[in-house]
Amino acid sequence: MIKAILIFNNHGKPRLIRFYQYFTEEMQQQIIRETFHLVSKRDDNVCNFLEGGSLIGGSDYKLIYRHYATLYFVFCVDSSESELGSLGLIQVFVETLDKCFENVCELDLIFHMDKVHYILQEVVMGGMVLETNMNEIVAQVEVQNRMEKSEGGLSAAPARAVSAVKNMNLPEIPRNINIGDINIKVPSLSPF
Amino acid sequence: MALKIVKGSIDRMFDKNLQDLVRGIRNHKDDEAKYISTCIDEIKQELKQDNIAVKANAVCKLTYLQMLGYDVSWAAFNIVEVMSSSKFTYKRIGYLAASQCFHESTDVIMLTTNQIRKDLSSPNQYDTGVALTGLSCFVTPDLARDLANDIMTLMSHTKPYIRKKAVLIMYKVFLKYPESLRPAFPRLKEKLEDPDPGVQSAAVNVICELARRNPKNYLSLAPLFFKLMTSSTNNWVLIKIIKLFGALTPLEPRLGKKLIEPLTNLIHSTSAMSLLYECVNTVIAVLISLSSGMPNHSASIQLCVQKLRILIEDSDQNLKYLGLLAMSKILKTHPKSVQSHKDLILQCLDDKDESIRLRALDLLYGMVSKKNLMEIVKKLMLHVDKAEGTTYRDELLTKIIDICSQSNYQYITNFEWYISILVELTRLEGTRHGHLIASQMLDVAIRVKAIRVFAVAQMATLLDNAHLLTGNMQRNGICEVLYAAAWICGEFSEHLENPMQTLEAMLRPKVATLPGHIQAVYVQNAAKLFATVLKSQEGNTDGTVTQDTSQLMIERLPVFVQSANLEVQERASCILQLVKYIQKLQQKDVEVAEEVSALFAGELNPVAPKAQKKVPVPEGLDLDTWINEPPSESESEDEQPKAIFTKEEPKHSRARHTEVDEKELARRREARKQEQANNPFYIKSSPSSQKVYQETPGVDHIPVIQIDLTVPLKVPGLPMSDQYVKLEEERRQKERAEKKKKDKKKRKEKRSGRGKKHDSGPESEEDITPAHMVDIVTEEMPENALPSDDDEKDPNDPHKALDIDLDNLEMSGHRPLADSEKIPVRSHRAAEAAKSPVEDRDADGIATQLPKKKHGKEKREEKKKKDKDRERKKSKDEKKKKKHKSEEKDGDLLGAEVDEPVVQSEEPSQASEPPTSNSAEVSDLDFWLSNAPVPSNIQEVPKVAAAEAASAAEVISGGAQDSEPDEPKDAEMEATKPSKHKKKKQKKEKEDKEKKKKKHHHYHHHSDGVGEESVQNGTVEEEEEPLPSMSNYCLLAENSYIKMVYDIQGNLQDGSQVVVSVIFENKCDSFLKSMEFNVLDSLNSKLQRPEGSGPHDSLAVPFQLPPGVSNEARYVFTVQSIVMPQKLKGTLTFIVKTEESSTHEKLDFKLHFTCTSYLITTPCYSDAFAKLLESADLKSSSVRLEGVNMPFHHLLARICFHHHFSVVERIDSCASMYSRSIQGHHVCLLVKTSGQTVSIDAKCDEPMLLGNVLDEIKQTFSQC
Repeated sequence: MIKAILIFNNHGKPRLIRFYQYFTEEMQQQIIRETFHLVSKRDDNVCNFLEGGSLIGGSDYKLIYRHYATLYFVFCVDSSESELGSLGLIQVFVETLDKCFENVCELDLIFHMDKVHYILQEVVMGGMVLETNMNEIVAQVEVQNRMEKSEGGLSAAPARAVSAVKNMNLPEIPRNINIGDINIKVPSLSPF
Repeated sequence: MALKIVKGSIDRMFDKNLQDLVRGIRNHKDDEAKYISTCIDEIKQELKQDNIAVKANAVCKLTYLQMLGYDVSWAAFNIVEVMSSSKFTYKRIGYLAASQCFHESTDVIMLTTNQIRKDLSSPNQYDTGVALTGLSCFVTPDLARDLANDIMTLMSHTKPYIRKKAVLIMYKVFLKYPESLRPAFPRLKEKLEDPDPGVQSAAVNVICELARRNPKNYLSLAPLFFKLMTSSTNNWVLIKIIKLFGALTPLEPRLGKKLIEPLTNLIHSTSAMSLLYECVNTVIAVLISLSSGMPNHSASIQLCVQKLRILIEDSDQNLKYLGLLAMSKILKTHPKSVQSHKDLILQCLDDKDESIRLRALDLLYGMVSKKNLMEIVKKLMLHVDKAEGTTYRDELLTKIIDICSQSNYQYITNFEWYISILVELTRLEGTRHGHLIASQMLDVAIRVKAIRVFAVAQMATLLDNAHLLTGNMQRNGICEVLYAAAWICGEFSEHLENPMQTLEAMLRPKVATLPGHIQAVYVQNAAKLFATVLKSQEGNTDGTVTQDTSQLMIERLPVFVQSANLEVQERASCILQLVKYIQKLQQKDVEVAEEVSALFAGELNPVAPKAQKKVPVPEGLDLDTWINEPPSESESEDEQPKAIFTKEEPKHSRARHTEVDEKELARRREARKQEQANNPFYIKSSPSSQKVYQETPGVDHIPVIQIDLTVPLKVPGLPMSDQYVKLEEERRQKERAEKKKKDKKKRKEKRSGRGKKHDSGPESEEDITPAHMVDIVTEEMPENALPSDDDEKDPNDPHKALDIDLDNLEMSGHRPLADSEKIPVRSHRAAEAAKSPVEDRDADGIATQLPKKKHGKEKREEKKKKDKDRERKKSKDEKKKKKHKSEEKDGDLLGAEVDEPVVQSEEPSQASEPPTSNSAEVSDLDFWLSNAPVPSNIQEVPKVAAAEAASAAEVISGGAQDSEPDEPKDAEMEATKPSKHKKKKQKKEKEDKEKKKKKHHHYHHHSDGVGEESVQNGTVEEEEEPLPSMSNYCLLAENSYIKMVYDIQGNLQDGSQVVVSVIFENKCDSFLKSMEFNVLDSLNSKLQRPEGSGPHDSLAVPFQLPPGVSNEARYVFTVQSIVMPQKLKGTLTFIVKTEESSTHEKLDFKLHFTCTSYLITTPCYSDAFAKLLESADLKSSSVRLEGVNMPFHHLLARICFHHHFSVVERIDSCASMYSRSIQGHHVCLLVKTSGQTVSIDAKCDEPMLLGNVLDEIKQTFSQC
């Protein structure tokens, strides 16, 4: 079982959190901090497994993570998951993100947390691996996106126009997002 | 006013969406919290809007804020509102938010039951999918119970997308509602052979999770998994199965034998490292379970170790890590094979990666021998010096102690060395393991008699240099070793070179800064030292030394008398008075040494950790009764000394923990005994008992051989362990030389009594004699007591509830599901419904809260969208079908066919099953297991064995159905010999398809939703069908007080039961209560009454009805024959209570059991349907309906809805439909329409039933 999936950046800012076991918000943040602390001090050329922090799980749990560009993808899994399998799963997930967002970068995750969740929901469900075939995942995500589009999406057209008008009057247009688009480079890995 | 409204709506248009929120937060880096709090205020405003789009947007933003750590549970109700939106976009947002922030104690969850049920049966598979995904995150015991049946139905959904989700979520349902496991298990097991790999993988996943916790219940699935393992090519599935086998083998060693070969083959053949690794892991598990009795398993071990070496040598750190991890498992049973790779592991100790170093440390534990212990520890000590983080250093420290102390100090040949190591470790700064070192010192000093002289000298030095340690005053810090040092010096003071000096060191004023429990030991042992000094001076006429000692005590003790610590204070004042008295006696020249040392006389023996527990309680002893009435206040004298060891830090691994605990217990017990012996307040044991004490088979009878000391006893300053390594080398060499000499002189000389030296032989590590003949004192146990472990499972483990015997279930006959074990089929609990004044079925509390106007609009929109959707789906299905035609397998058919009967025909098959079925099944498994070592390829299994296996699997799978005697067996056979038969099978299928095609070209129309769901969920048709509203509820009876409508449905799980749902509606202004429902049973149909009630007793309706309220009650009827419709007479009695009076009323009714009510909507694939029609034993019949004036799809929907059919295929104005009865009769219809005439050709294996069903259909259409 997967107990939690965390994505945070090099500064420990959460980009997506998904707990499959209930923790209070406070505890969740503490877990993120602790996990970030554990993971961030490790070099890139050390192994991707960590004995779980004391907060999450205990001896049966492991943190399995990968570091892509500015983001850490951390899966907290118990002993019923294969370690290498979980690494493969992270890779599948990231590659799927890459496909769905077309060259995914941290900004995509920042502004479309909901979409990332929807993609994740097609990969892992309730802590168990649902699908590992990337084409299948992408296909299901796309069908649902089309459905959403046909319904007019969350922010329908008129709202867009309004926000354009709204922006004109603003003294400063929020444009100073200078994260740049550092694409998460998805290295091709040996077949899992 | 109007302006305000306009302004408000314009404001709405300026609502932030998620992107705006994120952007805003990023622009307010300095005052983020403030900005977010204004955003939350905005969101609260938005949530008050009626517009669902605004709400959804707000909820979406809340989900983001939740990630940032904001509690959003206050919006739980709004989330539920958004969840119940009919638009997919909003629904998805709602479910996402719910899955992020709902949990078991969220109270609005109970409002969601109906909404989720509705979504689960939605015709749109993505609505269902979203609901399943959400539910998987917040399922509660209540939801699990209420929805288990719906989810179970979804496991047989036509779409694999839904099937796999439904299968996965079942695991969550089992966890929350363990009762559902037994009824759901057969279907879950079928999914192991689902044609869709995703569904199969999900089923494997779930069963593996279940089996991991309670493996023994799943042992019988081993043949099935074995088959999967040898046939599957999906690495995910393989890994899971192989992991599962790893959990099963310890229970059944024969399984392991069978596994070794295929696993070895996989190891050789696979290129996927993950798979290879798991195979190796499971082979190791097998080898552990087989540890004896397998002749050539050394080859397998070698293979594993060799593969692991490759992993460890790999440059990929991950593989290295895993290699070490697996290596440590081999180590437990086959240490020899790992030891040969010592070089590699020591190398890993230098790795830059801490995880890898820790793993390597674990391995070292098992790699030490007498020969290399010193060398390894030396290396570790170097690491201790180098280590930067305290965590890693502490880990090293505990490992060193673990390694040295393992199996009773088996590998230590020189305890002086060990003591030196311990003393060296005390110099670590900031370690948390002071007490661990202390307990080791105590243990060694107590149990190794020969070392006491050395230990005492070392401890004296330590006490002398206490100032080096006391800098760190942390609790549990290194000063704990002073506790041990003081005690050792005191207890074994006879070995002290200069007791006076040590006594002085122990009474330094600085001692008063130590923790209380250590001071207490200091004081107590100072007294012991005092006694020793007196004794040593005995006979010495010059009394100055003794005088000085007494004086020193009298001077220094008052500091301790003033101690705030009770224990210290008490002991100090007691001893102070004692010394004063002694001083007086000394001044009178009285010899007191004898008496004083008698205070501390007696030898200490270690006691086994469980000895106390094993002492039998003497007869007539009741420890619970008071001897005296309890004093008002109890003394807390004992608390402090306990504290020293009870402060166990949590970081220990489990195994270590218990080990330490045991030792601690012994230690504590010793300490207590010692304290009792020394405590002047403690009632001394009688001399006779002391005698017994000495007579115990302990130390005194073990010959203690004097050590020949090659090492100077006294090392100046703190000792250096390093020199021992060198010295040890020399000693060994000398020994070896000596031995050689001896060997030459062999037999000429008698062996000197000096050593129990070993006989000659090949030079092995066993030949290394310890430097000291060490007698490790065995721990004492009461007579006849055996050491045993009584582990107890954690009672809070949720998986404990899932420890359910499933084997019996599989043998469909042995123990059928009892009524109480069945999954409740959509039941309405009285408490829930009494609140809502609307008719319960429609009481969709949430939906009704949405404004009515919007409702209608949405409905229309949805309708349009639905039509479009359906068309798209159809065409897509068609395409898919063409594409996958050759890929579809027989399994499909089996899946559909076998599905229902497994559950339904439980009881009939029980009757036919011989009572010995269980043993038969066991022997089947036995047969499978005892089968000679499996050939590498299953295809080569001799035919007989294959057939056997097939029948075994058949029995186990519980899927053997009488209706298709040949099918399952064939399928099994084919599956057992997959590659050979696959082609043939596919060909056959193609032919089948072509045949069908000639008859009529078809396309898929899997009736999703239209048929089955609408029957299961009365609310569906209202919103989601463009049909005039239909209800299956028909009037039962009515008078001025109450109206009863009812619906009858077959019970999925029991072929002889139908469930009658009756809705009672209070039509009057009075309160209705004490309702009693009674039916006159017929021979064929009986109302199920609770046990103990007579056949004519009436059943109380479990609720009361306030005015205007309706509620539903359900009654189960058992029926024998279902081929005929039936009518049962019944009565409802109730009390009408108005404010002034109450009257007793009665209402008669007739329950009409139509044949339709015995049918259950069952989806059917077209190929299965065609096969069914071909089989000869169906009787046909037909009927014509005239003047039916409705669109064809309405007609079909009506048949589906009212008569529980599902559409198999539909082409233009022609459709085939299918249903099956609760007793397993197939009913097939071919409906054609031309103009206003509808002709229905039907086939069924029970003509009587068919005739009645057709009559009922005719009647349905004549009514409209």
